[in-house]
Amino acid sequence: MIRYLLGRVAFGALILLTLSMFVFFLFFVAPGDPARMVAGDKATETQLIQIRTNLGLDRPIHEQYLSFLGKAVTGDLGFSYRNQQPVAKLIFNRLPATLSLVVGGVLVWLAVGIPIGIMSARHPGGVRDRLGQGFILIGLSFPTFVLGMMSLYLFYFLPRQSGFMLFPAGGFKPFLPNPAIWAWHLILPWTTLALTTAAVYARLTRGQMLEVMGEDYIRTARAKGLSERKVVWKHGMRATLTPLATQLGADIALLLGGAIVIEQVYGLQGVGALAVQAVANQDRPIIIGVVLLGGLFIVVANIIVDIAYVLLDPRVR
Amino acid sequence: MAVLEARHLSVDIPTEDGVIHAVRDVSFALEAGELFGIAGESGSGKSVLTQAILGLLPNAIVSGEVLFEGRNLLGLKPAELQSIRGSRIGMIFQDPMSSLHPYYTVGSQITEMIHAHEKVEKPVARRRAVDLLARVGIAEADRRFDSFPHQFSGGMRQRVMIAMALVLNPPLVIADEPTTALDVTVQAQIVALLDEMRRELGTTVVMITHDLGLLSSIADHVMVMYAGRRMELGPSAPLFAAPAHPYTAGLLASSPANYEAGAELVPIPGRPPSLLETPAGCVFAPRCASALPRCTSEAPPLRVFSDGLQSLCWLEGPPADAAASVAAVAKAPAADETVVKAEGVRLTYGAGSLFNPGAGFEVLKGIDLELRRGETLGLVGESGCGKSTFARVLAGLIPMTSGKVALLGRDLGSLDPRAWQAMRREVQLVFQNPFGALNPRRRVGAIIGDPFRIHGLAAGAERKREVQRLMELVGLNPEHYNRFPSEFSGGQRQRIGIARALALNPALIIYDEPVSALDVSIQAQVLNLMRSLQRDLDLTYLFISHDLAVVRHVCDRIAVMQAGQIVELADAETLYRTPQHPYTQTLLAASVATPPRHPAAGRTLVASHVPEAA
Amino acid sequence: MTAPAAIPVVQRGSLALTLRRLGRDPAIIAALVFIVLVVIFALSAPWISALTGHSAIEQYRDTGLSEMGLPVAPNAEFLFGTDHLGRDVLVRLAYGAQVSLTVGVLAAVVAALIGITVGMVAGYFGGWVDTVLSRAMDLVMSVPFLLCALALVSVFGPSLSLSIGVIVFFSWTTMGRVIRGQVMSLRRQEFVEASRSLGAGPLSIMFIDILPNLSVPIIVYTTMMIPGSIVFEATLSFLGMGIVPPAPSWGGMLADAAGNSLYLVAAWLVLIPGLALLFTTLAFNILGDGLRDALDPRGRPVRKAAKGKAR
Repeated sequence: MIRYLLGRVAFGALILLTLSMFVFFLFFVAPGDPARMVAGDKATETQLIQIRTNLGLDRPIHEQYLSFLGKAVTGDLGFSYRNQQPVAKLIFNRLPATLSLVVGGVLVWLAVGIPIGIMSARHPGGVRDRLGQGFILIGLSFPTFVLGMMSLYLFYFLPRQSGFMLFPAGGFKPFLPNPAIWAWHLILPWTTLALTTAAVYARLTRGQMLEVMGEDYIRTARAKGLSERKVVWKHGMRATLTPLATQLGADIALLLGGAIVIEQVYGLQGVGALAVQAVANQDRPIIIGVVLLGGLFIVVANIIVDIAYVLLDPRVR
Repeated sequence: MAVLEARHLSVDIPTEDGVIHAVRDVSFALEAGELFGIAGESGSGKSVLTQAILGLLPNAIVSGEVLFEGRNLLGLKPAELQSIRGSRIGMIFQDPMSSLHPYYTVGSQITEMIHAHEKVEKPVARRRAVDLLARVGIAEADRRFDSFPHQFSGGMRQRVMIAMALVLNPPLVIADEPTTALDVTVQAQIVALLDEMRRELGTTVVMITHDLGLLSSIADHVMVMYAGRRMELGPSAPLFAAPAHPYTAGLLASSPANYEAGAELVPIPGRPPSLLETPAGCVFAPRCASALPRCTSEAPPLRVFSDGLQSLCWLEGPPADAAASVAAVAKAPAADETVVKAEGVRLTYGAGSLFNPGAGFEVLKGIDLELRRGETLGLVGESGCGKSTFARVLAGLIPMTSGKVALLGRDLGSLDPRAWQAMRREVQLVFQNPFGALNPRRRVGAIIGDPFRIHGLAAGAERKREVQRLMELVGLNPEHYNRFPSEFSGGQRQRIGIARALALNPALIIYDEPVSALDVSIQAQVLNLMRSLQRDLDLTYLFISHDLAVVRHVCDRIAVMQAGQIVELADAETLYRTPQHPYTQTLLAASVATPPRHPAAGRTLVASHVPEAA
Repeated sequence: MTAPAAIPVVQRGSLALTLRRLGRDPAIIAALVFIVLVVIFALSAPWISALTGHSAIEQYRDTGLSEMGLPVAPNAEFLFGTDHLGRDVLVRLAYGAQVSLTVGVLAAVVAALIGITVGMVAGYFGGWVDTVLSRAMDLVMSVPFLLCALALVSVFGPSLSLSIGVIVFFSWTTMGRVIRGQVMSLRRQEFVEASRSLGAGPLSIMFIDILPNLSVPIIVYTTMMIPGSIVFEATLSFLGMGIVPPAPSWGGMLADAAGNSLYLVAAWLVLIPGLALLFTTLAFNILGDGLRDALDPRGRPVRKAAKGKAR
């Protein structure tokens, strides 16, 4: 088991290494002179040479990569081309918004997706199943940003037209001093972000549950004279949710993608919005920093999921 | 007084294709403390019957009456039925592998059941569970209480299931094929354990099985089912010695255990009927050797005989005993020519891994075997002994670690790839699972034609002609050339597999458990086919099986395998009469056959109930 | 014991059976009809343009914008209204449909082909080949894909082919995993062993024995990857990283609508392309679901009972 987890950690490190190479070399081969991006159009040739030396751009590429990697490990991601601020600090300032969004989104998605899947699987072919399947299909089909725009129209604009502030237009408010305000601003983003993934999970839960309820050990549980509630919620759920835990890690990437879009729609000044602006500005250190941070987030989430799986499934122990 | 009494029980199951009439008008009564056997082939409704009684088939439509402890089970509310399940009626299922929850400890699965029905403290429940686990033969029960199911072997898991069924000391236990998934020696232990526990606790047991030999050794009463009907019911002794119903007689006649070795079996012809339709007459009539003209048009009456047998049949006397009249067919002795010679075949998995070199798992530990042209060599052993692996080594599917195999005098190790490819046609395999062995997406003609395609032999019309010739040879309708495997029954699929193996006229055909997935009546048809093909075409067979009766019947010589080694090799009869190795002796002792048949002395018809015209 | 042997098989072609199952559900028929209509709509884009007399990129500042410079709501001249630059939403929607469908279908098919190939190779050969390919799939799946797409676009600049490339790169793994799992179990089936013992080579086994058995997951998952690709493309365009304006695409139209929150006063700008997008993906998802149920009836409730009976 220790060996298994060590393997997973090593694989996580491999992912991060691959990502760092990808972004680094991508920008190295990219057209455009970074020195000019830093200095602006009016810079003289001497200034450019000076900047190149400062940034280490005159050294061989592998040296540059290694020095970049060494710094990245210690949290030094360089400086923004745009305003010369440290990238780590820029990202750090944006983290509260993104973390609030993502963590809340996960909770909403699990709280909505799994019960709907179970409800659907408990009454296969019935009305509740049809409703559940309808939710799954619509959720899977709804592009996040379309849903976001429509929710804003319905729950912010229309009520405001009639003089009533049901939800704010967006923007991020810090958790402190007033968590209620924080949550009020995030309810629409959370639900928007969670819908697609909730649908994915409702579908997974439904399929898994249907399969589990046909298993022999469920028949055994019934033959033992356990109440139907216990059969479903204890025996059925345990076998349904354990395999789902492994899926959880893979979907963090989906969630991060969603977060970028949501930040855009709701005007949340998070890391995703930072990245989109950086693309527009060709501010490469920020893009590199955000990609690496996203990768780190996924890797850590995956390792947590792996540990949870080992604890949940006695057969892997 | 009857513990459980079923009256005119019928079970219908709606499916996409129509309503399956799984059980039709079945009545029986269990006496306290007896072991009641329900026998039948797959699709006979024997499992559906018991599960429907306990409300375990939510979709089923159940009618009739089932009286248990003065109440009609079919009229109970779900909650009332639930309180009976487990506490008053225990259940043991076929596959102990899948019947225990993989994520909970075995102990908690037992105590959970105690808590569901009784108000007891946790330590008390635990003590009771541990006690019972110890009694069913789990060593170190106190420690094993906290183990998970995957940490037990199949037999041990079935012991856990038995402990679970008995822990609340129910008056009735239903065991549904409790030993089918187990090895023969473990099977014997589990049956003995069940028998012992029921005598000790005074439990009434219903045992559902397809294995007539097993029932004949322990059952007090037996009910034989076919296509959802109760064909015959009565005390075990007269039922097995002189069955009153032609179906029971046919089943017994299909079992190789009831014949001289080498005799032609008398199978029940045809195949079971569709459960979607309701024939006007007897369901068995189309396959019945004793059928009368009225059998197909009028529903059969219930005949009651003086020795307690009840039979749903127009016959008033005993059916003809087909098996008795058959003599052994003489077979040409094997020629002196050696077809295959294996010497010191070894196979080790995972040898030389990075962490501990050399410490692999040895599957085959030096096998020496020789097959002569025209003979059938049986390879017998329990699951995991390496017999199927050895077959795959011979067929070139798995490379051996060391050793030598010579085919028709040529060492396989010395062949270049081209000659090796050509050599492939000389060894053919017939597989156990008639559903997995044929590609479901290809037509039968293409499947049987594969050997020609792969070796670039016959093509086009010539291949089609060849395929049709082969289909005819194995008793299939050549016009069904364009059908998919799913349109054939299990026995027919096995014929397709044999036709494919025959295509290139191989020197050796390896049968890997060819009939163990088939019902006994179908089994006999396939065994007969194999034997007649061998006689006509002078084929050499390696026959792998766990079923000693079958092996004895078809084989000239038998090799007994245990843990990767051949522990005994002898002529079939010699091995059966005077087994030398202790393991062979254990195997033989564990296999049970039905008692010999003898005519029913003094049986008279005492009553006849003709069904009212519906 | 296997009961199906006892139940004679109803003689009915699998195609006929599938069509019968598909035809039973009105939602599937509606989805199919909708898909056909969208395809016709996309194909007739030039014709719609000719009929209305509006091009997709021309700005009709006189008729298409109000005096305050705001877009005009749907009317006789502009059936679906105009956008913030006074362009005809209907014509743009039709040309955008071409983009969505092309990208969706093309990316899904290419990704499916890659996934099938990788999955078959990994599943069939196993061993280190499988280890390497599976790890590669894991790797692609654990990458923050939208961020990487951002990085790529910032370097190479937005374009249609880059969009397709990015979508393919991040979506083939779904198919790859499914196929790998299926092949691994098929490879152990006895009919594959039978072919091997006859001397069939790996290619023959993969194409003749295994591939036909993969038709159901291939059809179902390719269908289900189409809506994913359509949404992916729209998302890229929405973030300004897909189709280059002024060429119309549904995601780009929505991005225009979102700019300055214009859609709050001109709801049709989000409703029309948004619903077009939603209904198209929904139709493909319904079709995929329906195909799965029809082709692979294991999950169907009525059959559950038959399974219980078989035991």
